[in-house]
Amino acid sequence: MIKTLYDKLWESHVVHVEDDGTTLLYIDRHLVHEVTSPQAFEGLKLAGRKPWRVSSIVATADHNTPTKEWEKGIEDPISRLQVETLDANIRESGALVYFPFRDKGQGIVHVVGPEIGATLPGMTVVCGDSHTSTHGAFACLAHGIGTSEVEHVLATQCLLQKKSKSMLVRFDGALGRGVTAKDMVLAFIGRIGTAGGTGYAIEFSGSAIRGLSMESRMTICNMAIEAGARVGFVAVDETTVAYLKGRPFAPKGATWDRAEAYWRTLVSDQGASFDSVVDIDVSRIEPQVTWGTSPEMVVSVTGTVPAPEDFSDPVRREGVERALQYMGLTPRTPINKIPIDKVFIGSCTNSRIEDLREAASIVKGRRVAPTVKLALVVPGSGLVKRQAEAEGLDKVFVAAGFEWREPGCSMCLAMNADRLEPGERCASTSNRNFEGRQGVGGRTHLVSPAMAATAAIAGHFADVRDLI
Amino acid sequence: MQKFVQLDGLVAPLDRANVDTDAIIPKQFLKSIKRSGFGPNAFDEWRYLDHGEPGMDNSKRAKNPDFVLNQPRYVGASILLVRENFGCGSSREHAPWALEDMGFRVLLGPSFADIFFTNCFKNGLLPICLPVAEIDALFAQALAIPGYKLRIDLEAQTVTRADGKVIHFDVDTFRKYCLLNGFDDIGLTLCRSEKIKEFEARRRIDQPWLFS
Repeated sequence: MIKTLYDKLWESHVVHVEDDGTTLLYIDRHLVHEVTSPQAFEGLKLAGRKPWRVSSIVATADHNTPTKEWEKGIEDPISRLQVETLDANIRESGALVYFPFRDKGQGIVHVVGPEIGATLPGMTVVCGDSHTSTHGAFACLAHGIGTSEVEHVLATQCLLQKKSKSMLVRFDGALGRGVTAKDMVLAFIGRIGTAGGTGYAIEFSGSAIRGLSMESRMTICNMAIEAGARVGFVAVDETTVAYLKGRPFAPKGATWDRAEAYWRTLVSDQGASFDSVVDIDVSRIEPQVTWGTSPEMVVSVTGTVPAPEDFSDPVRREGVERALQYMGLTPRTPINKIPIDKVFIGSCTNSRIEDLREAASIVKGRRVAPTVKLALVVPGSGLVKRQAEAEGLDKVFVAAGFEWREPGCSMCLAMNADRLEPGERCASTSNRNFEGRQGVGGRTHLVSPAMAATAAIAGHFADVRDLI
Repeated sequence: MQKFVQLDGLVAPLDRANVDTDAIIPKQFLKSIKRSGFGPNAFDEWRYLDHGEPGMDNSKRAKNPDFVLNQPRYVGASILLVRENFGCGSSREHAPWALEDMGFRVLLGPSFADIFFTNCFKNGLLPICLPVAEIDALFAQALAIPGYKLRIDLEAQTVTRADGKVIHFDVDTFRKYCLLNGFDDIGLTLCRSEKIKEFEARRRIDQPWLFS
């Protein structure tokens, strides 16, 4: 029978199906962080239950942790209690691996899992975090869950799910100079909207996806949720297999051979049918910049801020008006005339070594504009940080006027001290430009690492293609 | 979990599309390790004029008179009328916790984000999807008629308007069953623990690398 990759991933995890199609799905990998797990561990304890399989758990502290002066610990007592609670819970329950605050392996959970080989093709991967879709780059069925579901997975190693509809997104053509995976996914979200993928599982395919590294594929899958889809994934190919070889938790020897043979079946069969198909010619994509308060509010760097009258639907028009007001923008302003106050290079979308190399290549030999108050580089993990330092990237950033920080989620969601002040405008490599996301009253523009670096140098949004 | 069977409730209209979970409960309140007490900080940035932080006495903070849920006519509302893609963004279950703690038991809208939709059902909060035209009509009535109420009947799967019009809604059988009875679905899943163990044993043989 001809199957999609989604069919294969789904069917290989079905434990039981109820009459209405509600399915008990087995979970292979459970990523745990401090924000969405304490209530789940507490619930488990109150019910007198034990975790079903602790070797499925990979845990780290990331959302609350500071990115500088680690020797001082966590100053905010509420944040500190949350991180200590994770510590106590994991030490009591156990885990496959745990990277506590200040451990050399600590980092953003979605960066840590893949880099240690704890994310393997064909797995179901869950985490109390919507950006779990990142792991779909490895042909995993990976999605975010709420805290009740975190408790459900801890207690039963399963989740109750209904199968989604399937969407195939084909990225074909040659990517232009200075255009990255981030631009591809932003352009895609601009095309289908933030609810365009609701109810769908998205397979990203096409020659342009095949040509991307694993890290770039992670950037694309990471933002599937910004298109409304809980899961987004890419089929296994040589790039996938090559990435995994030799990672600490990847199989070895004869088991590797068996695993690899299985992984190579994780592709959609020829002629498989999808509920929806979207075709995107990547040769037409230019570097992208969001202008509003939703990731779908995006244009090319060569474009202008839209006007409410460009939108016929009254609900959308009102949303645009509100976004323009919040963002402090005037319709028809050229994107490359918008000045910025801060720059954030980091987050589970864009904090891996290739992202830092990409940004450093722009920054090298240049200076952050004097009007930029703060330019931050926050590596995704301790491993990424040390790799970057071995390559001298930290020195490139610091020489240009960037701050080089410790790993964590940082200013993507501003749960720690890294944030925007009211009215400040930021070029950010993160994933959400919602009102207040990076700090109350803060104005976020989502861009690629190369475009964030370009904005830092120029002091306003500018076309990276003019610098390379 | 709190059961949900039937409700006659006051309706509050929140006329914005794409309300994200960061707006429903801002990140600074996610530092709590509790499940309760999020209600006073629901929609914090829209609801108050100052910047909210955990530990503040919310009763002493100045409220934003322009925010719809602050209007006296909507005090005590248990049904929230919303626009498309409600609950998008972060998977934080603190969002339904906050809405429930604020007094809501039903959300009525044209569409909801997937993770948020699932999280609601785990907390005795019923999200109902209705066609856009029905939602538009409900917004018009809720805004025009002070004290506008609706009757929600989960068993019958109906929303009944004050003018007598009955609107049917869909809900998954399994979710309906759990909500009507207030069942903890972990308990139900553990009734299948033998099947889970069998599945896991097969998996250990077929894909041993997943169990190292």
